[in-house]
Amino acid sequence: MTKKEFLVKIGELKTDIGILKNLELSVGKIIEETWEEKPGPTPFPSITDLREWDFKLLRRYRPFYMPFCDVCCLCTFGKCDLTGDKRGACGLNMAAQQSRIVLLACCIGAATHIAHARHLVEHLIEKFGRDHPIDVGGVNVEVEAPVTRLVCGIRPRKLGDLEDVLDYLEGQVTHLLSATHTGQEGSNLDFESKVLHAGMIDQVGMEIADIAQISAYNFPKADPNAPLVDIGLGVVDASKPVIMVIGHNVPPAVEIVDYLQENGLHDMVEVTGLCCTAIDITRYDPKAKIVGPISWQLRYIRSGIPDVIVVDEQCIRADSLIEAQKIKAPLIAASPKNCLGLPDRTNDPADEIVADLVSGKAPGALILDPEKVGEVAVKTAIQVAPKRRKFKAVPDVKDVIEGAKRCRRCSQCRRACPNDLDIPKAIEDAAKGRLERLAELYDECIGCARCESACPEDLPIHSFIVKAAEKKIKEETYKIRAGRGAIQDVEIREVGGPIVFGEIPGVIAFVGCANYPKGGREIAEMTMEFASRRYIVLTSGCAAMSAAMYKNEEGKTPYEIFHGAFDAGGIVNVGSCVSNPHIAGAAIKIASIFARKNLRANYEEIADYILNRIGAVGVAWGAMSQKAAAIASGFWRLGVPVVVGPHGAKYRRMLLGRKDREEDWYVYDARTGEKVYVGPAPEHLFYAAETKEEAMVMIAKLCMRPSDTTKGRAIKLTHYIDLSRRLLGVMPDDIHLFIRTKADIPITMRDEILKILEEKGWKERKIPDPTLLPRLIRRREE
Amino acid sequence: MAEPWQTAEIPGPKKALVITKPKIVSAMIRRAKRPILIVGHEAAEIDLDGESLIDYLIRLSNLAGMPIVATAHTVRYFIDRGFRPDAWMPILDIANRLRDPNWSGLDGNGQYDLAIFVGIQYYMEWVVLSGLKHFSPKLKTISLDRFYQPHASWSFPNLNMKDWIACLKVIEEDLKERGG
Ligand code: SF4
Ligand code: SF4
Ligand code: SF4
Repeated sequence: MTKKEFLVKIGELKTDIGILKNLELSVGKIIEETWEEKPGPTPFPSITDLREWDFKLLRRYRPFYMPFCDVCCLCTFGKCDLTGDKRGACGLNMAAQQSRIVLLACCIGAATHIAHARHLVEHLIEKFGRDHPIDVGGVNVEVEAPVTRLVCGIRPRKLGDLEDVLDYLEGQVTHLLSATHTGQEGSNLDFESKVLHAGMIDQVGMEIADIAQISAYNFPKADPNAPLVDIGLGVVDASKPVIMVIGHNVPPAVEIVDYLQENGLHDMVEVTGLCCTAIDITRYDPKAKIVGPISWQLRYIRSGIPDVIVVDEQCIRADSLIEAQKIKAPLIAASPKNCLGLPDRTNDPADEIVADLVSGKAPGALILDPEKVGEVAVKTAIQVAPKRRKFKAVPDVKDVIEGAKRCRRCSQCRRACPNDLDIPKAIEDAAKGRLERLAELYDECIGCARCESACPEDLPIHSFIVKAAEKKIKEETYKIRAGRGAIQDVEIREVGGPIVFGEIPGVIAFVGCANYPKGGREIAEMTMEFASRRYIVLTSGCAAMSAAMYKNEEGKTPYEIFHGAFDAGGIVNVGSCVSNPHIAGAAIKIASIFARKNLRANYEEIADYILNRIGAVGVAWGAMSQKAAAIASGFWRLGVPVVVGPHGAKYRRMLLGRKDREEDWYVYDARTGEKVYVGPAPEHLFYAAETKEEAMVMIAKLCMRPSDTTKGRAIKLTHYIDLSRRLLGVMPDDIHLFIRTKADIPITMRDEILKILEEKGWKERKIPDPTLLPRLIRRREE
Repeated sequence: MAEPWQTAEIPGPKKALVITKPKIVSAMIRRAKRPILIVGHEAAEIDLDGESLIDYLIRLSNLAGMPIVATAHTVRYFIDRGFRPDAWMPILDIANRLRDPNWSGLDGNGQYDLAIFVGIQYYMEWVVLSGLKHFSPKLKTISLDRFYQPHASWSFPNLNMKDWIACLKVIEEDLKERGG
C-alpha cells in the first residue's frame, strides 16, 4: 500500500463513522490537531522505506544460513534440490530460499499478533466504545504508545484510533507475504530487509493489543509494585471446581472472572491458566493462578485437576480435545482461529450447552462469544466437578512399573525426544521398581510427548515421568509479579543517563517460549545472576514464568527477592507476549525522553541511537514459535541484539558480526564526520548459544555500546571478564577490542590488562559521538 | 544406509558418507593441509572407558598437529587439564568463519580444508553442518560423534558406546603409527 492509498483509506474509514468531512483529509491533519511534534521522514513506512537502514545492519551482521532442508517444495515446479550452488526451477538459490522461509515465519508471527490485536480491539470497542481512552499509566506515562508513534507517526488517544493502525499493519503483512510467492523477491538480502519490516510491524501489532487491554481492562498501569500472584502446579486448590484457560487472547478468561464475581462465586471456583492467557488473566484478577508455561499443558491436563478447559488462540496443543477427553473434562474453544472441529454453539442458549457438556453428550463446544464462554465455563465446571471427581490420566506407580516391563529397548523414544533424554535407561530402572531416573527427566522434559507417539508399545512415557516426579510437582509453588505493562516516563528519566553512559551495565530482557535445552531453571538462574549484578532484567511470557520457578534457602522466589522497578537490580515482568513492545518501548523512550530525540515517524534515527547507545539485549532462551521469530526481528531492526538457546539454531538463519574484520566496526563521529573504529559493539544481532554459560558471557559482552563512557565501559568490562572467568575459566581473548582508552580498564585488573594490551599491540583510540547515519553529522571535516 | 539419530531430522539429497572404517578419518586428517578440531561442551560429559573424551581429543590434537577450537564453555575443561586450546568461541562464530573463503585462520595462515566436529548437541551440530555443507563448498567436514550426522561430509553411523570407543582407538593408533 502506498502512503497515498493509506490516506484515502483512513478517509473512507472516518467517513463511515461520520467523522470525516471530505476525502482529502490527510493523516497529517488528523495528527496535527492533537500533537505538535514534527513528523519524521517515515510515517507508516512501506516495505521498502527503511531498506537503506536494513542494509546498513545487514552489511555488518551478515546472515549465516543453516538450511533445515536441502530442497524447496513451495510450488509444483518442485521439489527443487537447492544444495550448494544449485538453483530451483524458478531461479531461486539456497540463501534466498532460507531467507524466504524466515520471512514466512515472521509473517506468520506478525499476522498472528496483528489478528490477535484486531480481534481484541473489535471486542473491546464493542464493550467499551470507540471513544474509550488509551491510558497505560495515567500521568506517569505520557508516551503511551512509543512503538506506534515511532513507526506510524500518530498518537493514539482512543480505542477507535487503534483500528486505523491495524488497517496499516494488515496491509503490510499482505505485501510481505506476497513477496514470498514464486517468482517474486529473488535476493536474500531483500528478503532479510522484509524480515526486519515484518518484525517492526509485529511490534506495533503487539503494542496495539496490549495498550488496548491495559486501558479497557484496567490491568496494572506501569506499576512497579504490581501484585505477586501464585504460580506452579502445586498452587491449584483441587478441592474446588477448576477452570483451565490456555492461549493468548484474554477476553473469554476475563468474562469467566466477571461471571464468577457477578454471581458471588469468586471464592468457589479456581481460575487457572497456562501460557499468556494465564499471565494476562492475573493482570485482571490477581487471585487467578498461573500453572506454568506452554510445556505444562499435558502434565496439567493429565493430572485431572481441570474440570473445564477453555482454549483461545496460539500455542495450544492441537490434541487438546483428545487430551481433555482422557480426563472427561469438557473443552470450550473460544477463538475463530482454533475451532478444533467442534460444532458452533455460539447462538445456542447457555444452559443447553452446559447440559450437553455436563452429560457428556458433547465433548466440547465452539463458542465465539466471550461472555457466553464465561457463563458456560463456570456453570459447567460447577456441575461437572462432582461427577468427574478429578478423574486423571496419570498412571499409578504399579502401572508405571508394569508398563516399563514391556519396553523393548528400541530407543525410538529417545530418538524422538527433542532433548535426547535417556528415556530407555530410565524405563529400564522403572521396570525394576526404581523411579528416580524417570523423576530426573522431569526437569529437562518440555512435555511434548513425542516419545509417546514414537513408542511401539504405546507406553504413556510422559505420564510416567509426571508420576515419578509427583512429589516435585506438588512442591511447585512460587510467586510471580503480575505483568506491570509499560515503563513509566519518570523511571526512564532516572535511568536513561546511567544506561546510556553505561553505569547500569545493561538492560536484559528474557522473553519467549519454553523450548528449553535443559529445563526452565536456567532462566531463573540467568535472571538472578544479572539482577544481582545490578543489570535491569525484564521478563515476559513463558520466560517470565520460568524466571519465577526457583526458591532460595529462605523459600523466597526471584520476584520476591528482587524489586519490580525499571532500575538497577530489578526483575521486571512486563506481561504476556504482546507486552514485549514495552521493552522496545523503554529503549525508544530513553531516546525520546532522556535524549530528547524526535520520536514521531523517525524510525531510522531512533534505531541508530539504540544500536549505538543503549546496552539492551533480548534473550529468548526457549524460543519456539513463529511469533518469537517475528518478535526477535522487531528487536533487530531497532538495533537490539537477540540471543536464543541452541534450539533457536533451527530458525536456520543467524545475523553474525565478525569481530576479526576491523573494517566492519567503523561509525561516524557525529561531531566531526570522521570515521572511527568502535570495536565489535554489539558483536552480533542474532545468535544461538550452545550452553547457558556461553550465553551469559555473550550477553554481558553484547551490552557494550560505542557511546559508553569510560566509567560505564569499565563496569561493563568488569562483568564480562568476571563472568568469562567464572563460567569459561578464562580471561576473554578480545578485551583489547573493547578498551578505547586506559580509563576503560577496570581498576582492579589494571596491571593484568595493561600487559595483555601490550601483547596485542593495542593503541588508544577516540570515543566518538557514534552514528551510522551520515545525515546526522553536524559538521563535516574533509 | 545410515539413519539420522533424531528420527525426524531427515536429510538429503546430499548426505554424509558413512565412515565404515575408522582409518578413513586418520587418512583424511593426514591428507588435509589444514585440519581443525571443533569441540563442544558434551565432550566433557562423555566418559570413554574411564577417561574423558576431552583427554582423548587432546591426544588426537597433539598427534595430528591439529588446532582445537573449544566452543561454549568447553575451554574450561581443557584448561583444567593444563591444555590451552588454540581458540575458544561460540560454535556459530567458528562456523561463520569457516564459510568465509577469505578467512585467514586462527594463525593467519589461511582457511582450513578439513573441520572435525565433536560434542555439540546433536540438533545444533546438525544445522551448523548443514550451513557448511551448503555454503562452504571447499571445506570437508567430519563428525566424530557417536551418531550419524547427515550433513557432514563423513560421519559414523549410529554406534553403540563400545563400537564407537573402538573406532576412536583405531584412529588414534593409526595416527600414532603413521603420523598425523
Ligand atoms: S518456489 Fe522455486 S525453488 Fe521452490 S519449488 Fe518452486 S520452483 Fe522450486
Ligand atoms: S515429553 Fe519429555 S521426554 Fe518425551 S519426548 Fe518430549 S521432552 Fe522428551
Ligand atoms: S520407545 Fe517404548 S519400547 Fe522403545 S525404548 Fe522407548 S519406552 Fe521402550
